[in-house]
Amino acid sequence: MKGLRTPLGRAIGLGPAKEGIGHWWWQRVTSVALIPLSLWFVFSVASLVGAEYQTVLDWMRSPVIAALLIMFVISFFYHLQLGIQVVIEDYIHTEWLKIASSLTLNFVAAFLALVSVILVLRVALGG
Amino acid sequence: MGYYLAMSTDNRPLSPHLQVYRPQLTSLLSITHRGTGMFLAFSSPVLVYWLWSIAAGAESYAAAQHLLGSNLGRFVLFFWSYSLFYHLCNGVRHLAWDIGAGLEITTLYKTGWWVVVISFALTLLTWVIGYAARGTGV
Repeated sequence: MKGLRTPLGRAIGLGPAKEGIGHWWWQRVTSVALIPLSLWFVFSVASLVGAEYQTVLDWMRSPVIAALLIMFVISFFYHLQLGIQVVIEDYIHTEWLKIASSLTLNFVAAFLALVSVILVLRVALGG
Repeated sequence: MGYYLAMSTDNRPLSPHLQVYRPQLTSLLSITHRGTGMFLAFSSPVLVYWLWSIAAGAESYAAAQHLLGSNLGRFVLFFWSYSLFYHLCNGVRHLAWDIGAGLEITTLYKTGWWVVVISFALTLLTWVIGYAARGTGV
């Protein structure tokens, strides 16, 4: 059937999650961000093994460290959400269950990201 | 009837059903990418717990150090670190494919082995740093 919509107009907003290429693009953005951030995070935490509590506090109170930690947790949980979204779309074929799982995933990932950011800020801004 | 027989003897490619698919490096690496990603995701509350223990004070931090330093804690952290490095290294491979690089079969195998080697090396390095830091109490 011929329609007035262009092929691009029909393609935008489609895909299993109904969001077009946004998912693909942000998965790449977060993965590129996570290369330096996660390497930095893991090696920092490894070097903090066995450290005094005050040493860890001083470390996290540095504005640069706190900012990097916040960037890390936001990229981490965003990337996590995008990744599991694909797994849900691949394996869950019952429509209502797929939507329910996606919603649960979104809420849990957003919640864990927010809690992480608040915890870093509490340490960084705390007296 | 002859038509269907002709179709069944046609040498068409089959889709790779896992039950009959001979495991090979490329498919194993691909499955491991998803597996490590899922493991990292489901163990992410540990990351939040660690941040919470720091924000909650010296006592909770000491408790977290004790828990994460236990045999089970180290076991989980070891797999967490390996999963992260594996997912990171193989993720770089994926990013290269996105720009159309490294898709030749020989290159796929070469970079695949590099992922295995580098992810183990980075995990080993992390744990050497961890044990060294613990020893000196830095």
